[in-house]
Amino acid sequence: MYSKGTKRKFSDGVDNKAVAASYSLQRQSLLDMSLLKLQLCHMLAEPNLCRSVLIANTVRQIQEEMAHDGSWQVVTEALGGSGHGPSDRLVDTEVLCQSPEQQDSGPKLYSVMGYDGCREEEVVTDKALCSVVVGDRSPAFLLGTIGHCWDRGELRVEDGVSKDSGTGDEEGTRSGEGAKLATGQVFGTFEIKNGAPGSDPALEELFSDVDASYYDLDTTLTGMQSAPKMGPYDFLDSLASSHGPVSNSSCRADLNELDHIMEIIVGS
Amino acid sequence: MLKYTFKGVGGGNDFQWCFSQVKGAIDEDVAEADIISTVEFNYSGDLLATGDKGGRVVIFQREQESKNRPHSRGEYNVYSTFQSHEPEFDYLKSLEIEEKINKIRWLPQQNAAHSLLSTNDKTIKLWKISQRDKRAEGYNLKDEDGRLRDPFRITSLRVPVLLPMDRMVEASPRRIFANAHTYHINSISVNSDHETYLSADDLRVNLWHLEITDRSFNIVDIKPANMEELTEVITAAECHPHQCNVFVYSSSKGTIRLCDMRAAALCDRQSKFFEEPEDPSSRSFFSEIISSISDVKFSHSGRYMMTRDYLSVKVWDLNMENRPVETYQVHEYLRSKLCSLYENDCIFDKFECCWNGSDSAIMTGSYNNFFRMFDRNTRRDITLEASRENSKPRAILKARKVSTGGKRKKDEISVDSLDFNKKILHTAWHPKENVIAVAATNNLYIFQDKIN
Repeated sequence: MYSKGTKRKFSDGVDNKAVAASYSLQRQSLLDMSLLKLQLCHMLAEPNLCRSVLIANTVRQIQEEMAHDGSWQVVTEALGGSGHGPSDRLVDTEVLCQSPEQQDSGPKLYSVMGYDGCREEEVVTDKALCSVVVGDRSPAFLLGTIGHCWDRGELRVEDGVSKDSGTGDEEGTRSGEGAKLATGQVFGTFEIKNGAPGSDPALEELFSDVDASYYDLDTTLTGMQSAPKMGPYDFLDSLASSHGPVSNSSCRADLNELDHIMEIIVGS
Repeated sequence: MLKYTFKGVGGGNDFQWCFSQVKGAIDEDVAEADIISTVEFNYSGDLLATGDKGGRVVIFQREQESKNRPHSRGEYNVYSTFQSHEPEFDYLKSLEIEEKINKIRWLPQQNAAHSLLSTNDKTIKLWKISQRDKRAEGYNLKDEDGRLRDPFRITSLRVPVLLPMDRMVEASPRRIFANAHTYHINSISVNSDHETYLSADDLRVNLWHLEITDRSFNIVDIKPANMEELTEVITAAECHPHQCNVFVYSSSKGTIRLCDMRAAALCDRQSKFFEEPEDPSSRSFFSEIISSISDVKFSHSGRYMMTRDYLSVKVWDLNMENRPVETYQVHEYLRSKLCSLYENDCIFDKFECCWNGSDSAIMTGSYNNFFRMFDRNTRRDITLEASRENSKPRAILKARKVSTGGKRKKDEISVDSLDFNKKILHTAWHPKENVIAVAATNNLYIFQDKIN
């Protein structure tokens, strides 16, 4: 499906929403695969620079398209500015997690795709961006950033799990089901490629130190305010620096480590 | 009746390819070091050099045609084997430098000896291969076993005579061109002035004089000030066959730049820029990767150049920059499999391509030990296979076909049955005759046309 051109259909109908969601999932798994390849690059004798550059360009393309799909401009306009305290970030995420009914006359998200109703599915697959992080601390980490989202009332998971009736929870009180959903979603995207249901300790080990803070939905959408001409590594830098205090201190450490990895790849 | 005076190598008329020889082990288990990484005929076609991942060079020489078997051309037999490069360790970066031979290029023959350049990722070496098949006997000043004779005991002089001996071939490294490349060397090319040559790595192209090893001139540098801004690398470079001031280099974004060394010392601004506009309807996340050029070769005439990207071969007229004059699809059926090929890294395979002596045909490799030939005049193409099954002497090679649709005909092979581990990346065409050398992993196949 990737080999064909872009699919931007404005017609209504369930089929198109399913296609869009499927496309997003596939795009996501391509992104994961690419990052895995870049990650493994630096373990070899000396990375093949041509291959690394091509993969990095592909990653950047995907991220640009994802950001474009997310209509980040619209979101940031609606939210009025770039205040990035932790509570603000929670608010950002909250808005995006709301169902169409709950939202005000706010901007129509993803309207470029013409899928007003499938906002939740979009959100879910974007949440799956966090799927790269695996490991003991990861469920807490994931939940720390998106857990309240899972608990929030109207969020529908793709596989049709019924709504939680959560309220504005903090990290401590999330439903077990929400946690399972989060973890399930983490490995869900890997099931496409690996076909192994459930958690895989080998995978956990592999990704235990991969940073996923830049995959936070809110950072993805709001972090793209800087100059459009950025390399993939600049993107990470801008997220690390231009954002507000990161709620999880391990994010910064992970980001530094990823920078370090990138430096090794480009040999600087 | 008109008689066709040239034979279409694309399988038409009365032209057919036959198996001639295969070199290499038959074992299923292939040692990594034995994998052939480059193949090159010399200027006369009498010598055929191969380099492998273990850093060895093997040179085959064509035997003279024997009167007993006038219908079979001379066979290629081993002439010389030597270890060109050894694995090294870069202590500064704590990285190993592979001994794999990336390229071999022959130098024009200037005396009885033969010379070639061979390179790994970092160091280029000039090897001189000389043979001795005669020895002198009857020296005046030394004995048969080499001991010096006492001059006072010599009472008469004799003229030493040359007697035949078993042929002895020696390879010696005459020049070592080192420490000029920070990144991995992907190309070397001997200039038409026979005095200089260029070497290219991912970000730079250097010009050397064959006699001078402690200095080289950097003529192209695309390294950005901030490496994090790097989005494009050099993938191949070649000197023009006749104009010693002209060379080209290709990039990972599917572009080719032609530079004139007379214009400036640093050829950062190209004289010509070749790029085909992208077809927006076929754009995907893999578009850039498959547009990356893996090989660029000038035609013998110097009027055209050929580029190989992942799915196609393109012929460019040097006078037209905006699009190629000919495009040949190598294995278009892989376009729908790009995601899987990205996953298993096959999408990064670097296929080479080559011209025949008259520039009327081009050849390149594919998967499943298939290789493809395109006749530029008749526009016919043929897919052949290098396999041990077709290796009876003078056996005619049968055309192969990959079935793309649902219905698979009898002799066709389906796309999903292709073996992507059997890739033909390196091929070479004899400069004057229809003899080709095809490297299939650790085996070297030699095919020639059937003499009618």
